[in-house]
Amino acid sequence: MAYLRIPDFGTPPSRAEERVTLFIDGQSVTVPAGTSILRAAQTLGTAIPKLCATDSLEAFGSCRLCLVEVEGRQGTPAACTTPVAAGMAVATQTPQLAKLRRAVMELYISDHPLDCLTCAANGDCELQDMAGAVGLREVRYGPEGEDHLDLPCDQSNPYFDFDPSKCIVCSRCVRACDEVQGTLALTVENRGFASKVTPSQGELFLASECVSCGACVQACPTAALTEKSVVEIGQPEHKVVTTCAYCGVGCSFEAQMRGDELVRMVPWKDGKANHGHSCVKGRFAWGYATHRERILKPMIRGSIDEPWREVSWEAAIAHTAAEFKRIVAEHGKGALGAISSSRCTNEETFLVQKLVRAAFGNNNVDTCARVCHSPTGYGLKTTLGTSAGTQDFDSVEHADVVMVIGANPTDGHPVFASRLKQRLRAGAKLIVVDPRRIDLVRTPHVEAAHHLQLKPGANVAVLTALAHVIVTEELVDEAFVRERCELDAFHDWAAFVAEPARSPEATQAITGVPAAELRAAARLYATGGAAAIYYGLGVTEHSQGSTSVMAIANLALATGNFGRPGVGVNPLRGQNNVQGACDMGSFPHELSGYRHVSDAAARQLFEAAWGVTLDGDPGLRIPNMLDEAVEGAFKAIYIQGEDILQSDPDTRHVAAGLAAMECVVVHDLFLNETANYAHVFLPGSTFLEKNGTFTNAERRIQRVRKVMAPRNGYEDWQITQLLANALGYPMAYADPSQIMDEIAALTPSFAGVSYDKLEAMGSVQWPCDAEHPDGSPVMHEAAFARGRGKFVLTEYVATDEKVGPRFPLLLTTGRILSQYNVGAQTRRTANVVWHEEDVLEIHPHDAEDRGVRDGDLVKLASRAGETTLRARLSDRVAPGVVYTTFHHPLTQANVVTTDYSDWATNCPEYKVTAVQVSPSNGLSDWQARYGAHAARRRQITSAGPAE
Amino acid sequence: MSAAVTAKLVRMANQVATAFDGQRGDAAGETAAHLKAFWSRPMREAILSHLAAGGEGLNPTVRAAVAALGRSDGSGA
Repeated sequence: MAYLRIPDFGTPPSRAEERVTLFIDGQSVTVPAGTSILRAAQTLGTAIPKLCATDSLEAFGSCRLCLVEVEGRQGTPAACTTPVAAGMAVATQTPQLAKLRRAVMELYISDHPLDCLTCAANGDCELQDMAGAVGLREVRYGPEGEDHLDLPCDQSNPYFDFDPSKCIVCSRCVRACDEVQGTLALTVENRGFASKVTPSQGELFLASECVSCGACVQACPTAALTEKSVVEIGQPEHKVVTTCAYCGVGCSFEAQMRGDELVRMVPWKDGKANHGHSCVKGRFAWGYATHRERILKPMIRGSIDEPWREVSWEAAIAHTAAEFKRIVAEHGKGALGAISSSRCTNEETFLVQKLVRAAFGNNNVDTCARVCHSPTGYGLKTTLGTSAGTQDFDSVEHADVVMVIGANPTDGHPVFASRLKQRLRAGAKLIVVDPRRIDLVRTPHVEAAHHLQLKPGANVAVLTALAHVIVTEELVDEAFVRERCELDAFHDWAAFVAEPARSPEATQAITGVPAAELRAAARLYATGGAAAIYYGLGVTEHSQGSTSVMAIANLALATGNFGRPGVGVNPLRGQNNVQGACDMGSFPHELSGYRHVSDAAARQLFEAAWGVTLDGDPGLRIPNMLDEAVEGAFKAIYIQGEDILQSDPDTRHVAAGLAAMECVVVHDLFLNETANYAHVFLPGSTFLEKNGTFTNAERRIQRVRKVMAPRNGYEDWQITQLLANALGYPMAYADPSQIMDEIAALTPSFAGVSYDKLEAMGSVQWPCDAEHPDGSPVMHEAAFARGRGKFVLTEYVATDEKVGPRFPLLLTTGRILSQYNVGAQTRRTANVVWHEEDVLEIHPHDAEDRGVRDGDLVKLASRAGETTLRARLSDRVAPGVVYTTFHHPLTQANVVTTDYSDWATNCPEYKVTAVQVSPSNGLSDWQARYGAHAARRRQITSAGPAE
Repeated sequence: MSAAVTAKLVRMANQVATAFDGQRGDAAGETAAHLKAFWSRPMREAILSHLAAGGEGLNPTVRAAVAALGRSDGSGA
């Protein structure tokens, strides 16, 4: 679409049901009570001049440009802060108003550099627009007076500049930081003429509390806050709406383009997941798409000890197909498998599992959700009937109590965190269940009512103790249980949790949570009104991950917190398309729509469509593929968009498994760590270079739109299709919309989904079918997907991973705001200024005991392996607990994690590893060896003659 | 199967059985159904072979479950 500014109504909409009719410049208009005159006028298409007002922020009334006259009232009130009234007659253009507005503009311009022709915001500057709108023709105040034109520009932030000489101190940036982002990093220091916008306490942006979400830049009506990319490239001339490729929030963005060059990503105001907000990753960290390390040509090699050799696409695909066919001939079809990625589109993941099931002839397909939310799939399907979060993100606006369990939304899901903080500041209560004091526990204007700082591994004991309080203190919603749940299972469960052994007091030694605090939290959750649970990988990545998910569902069932806004059970998905990858049949036991491969009727549907006979036995999961590889039975793998060597647990075992295979095919943007063990590299396309859909954590299916040609030559779905055809299984999709049509035809919950519908509606949440043609923002409204909700007994079983004299500390892992997953994308952006390396958080007491000082290099050792990294002393973690991230390959945090896993799904137990920490003076042996190995195995020979 | 992989399968099977033991139902039946639903055929065959070889390390629920699995898989134990 052409580059058009989205209309700005000046103030947010009123939600009042009462309607009011008034007259603006003689025209009648009816709007909700509480609407500002400014907004009411805009609904008529009457643009009242404004500078400090924008419809993402509450009215402020400081710029004095939107003055109007109201019949029967004295003076000239500001249209932004004056609500409409029945029968009101408003005049927006009079000689008096024109005079006032010109005088105001004159003052602004008298202290503004007149460099419009060379200003980066030229053509996209509201100050410039308003000067025209008010008819400014002269500025009577000369240059001899004091001004702010010599104030230095703050260029510290890697993505935007702050030039205070161009600031009009309208406070839009300050209010955006407060109201939209909720960080409150900006303020206006001093008074009167000395007023100046400043981050934190007069610091530079980079050194301040600013989280670089971009809300201030977006809100700025002048060039005071401008993206560096706009300064460097110029103003965009067209834009394409697409979906962010980072976390599971699924923010909509305008990719603002200049030709085929991306100028900036601006959060889309109409995006239903983000409503015009963004975080530092989606807004700014897209430079990896053109990073010099990106691989654009296919490569092959005979063995991993040889350098890579660039070849044509035809040669690479033919070589891969020949190798796969050879391996099948020698070892059987069970020797092949594939891994798809939650970073890829629905259409791509659907094709990968189709490739495996139809062309490979087995079910050896798995996805990276194996190592994150597979327990969500098991737990929610068992209790509720399907594997998905129950709410949309907007639901949080209706929550009275929010329980965040094992999630760190301000870092992992920042845009949702901002919504959550808005609700908490409006009065909702917060319970945090986490071994670590995450930011939400205490952040400006937000403080958790309860922080249950449990020991890592004690989730089930804590959740069951919460249930104990709810049952024994008679806080169960009996009417809901009677109407909506299996009663026999409920009675069994209620008797189970009521046993004294499951009380907060009896389990305190296990959980580490003071019983009184836990009881208070249980009472708040059960009696505080609409109560919503949001959880993350701190729940799933445990030996009892699936049990924890079921325990969470039990709590919501017992308290009737399902089926309406403000409640529910909401898994916060780590990557952009975790939900979609799971929906698309990427697990080895399920076809799309969560139908088991042993379901003959479901299989027949696919067999008829695909013209093959499908295997009714589940295939291998990722860890089982690696085990079988070490055993010599699994020989070849196609890995699309995943870096299992860095992201999966027990790195040395992963390396051994990959090294044992005869043909490892990595399809990715960069030579990632897994590619060090690959024989074929197929260069991938970025989300900017392809069409498709992502499904976010609220089941919202959204379009990904190509904004530039794929630099590697093909969109990823085309590459999978080339491989299928080379293997002799025909695929002939001309466009990913055809793949979605096939998904819809074969998947009941997607039956009503099509690209046409997505174009018309913007997005749609599954189930989308004949019964729900416009999708389903809230699930399980009248009945659960499985009919009646099922309570499951959740006996606490201690992990086999025990602390002891050799490994006395518990390591838990997580992520931070500026980096994403294995960092393949974000490490190749300026985001590294915030996180150059992974560090180990250790409590000062534990550090003192070991002679470790802040910033020291330390050895982190477990029974699986050891690595070195720098220590950061922090009381965010309790004594006995240490914490790190896994964003950097040099650290290789997963050298330390073990192969212990969730009982039901094999999801790794990343969150509990017994470790020891000691001072170190250099890299571990593994790191040193691996560094040399990686450098050797990334070598590329210069291109030879054409194939 | 190597001893290491067998030991891993034994641990996984015991984990599954322990979880179903905690649910106080037909733990052996649930465990067998779980292995059938989520384990690949080579994994099931390996645990069946291990039981046939004495089943060292398998807890009683798993033993009953794997025996039942053998009957339903048609491979015996």
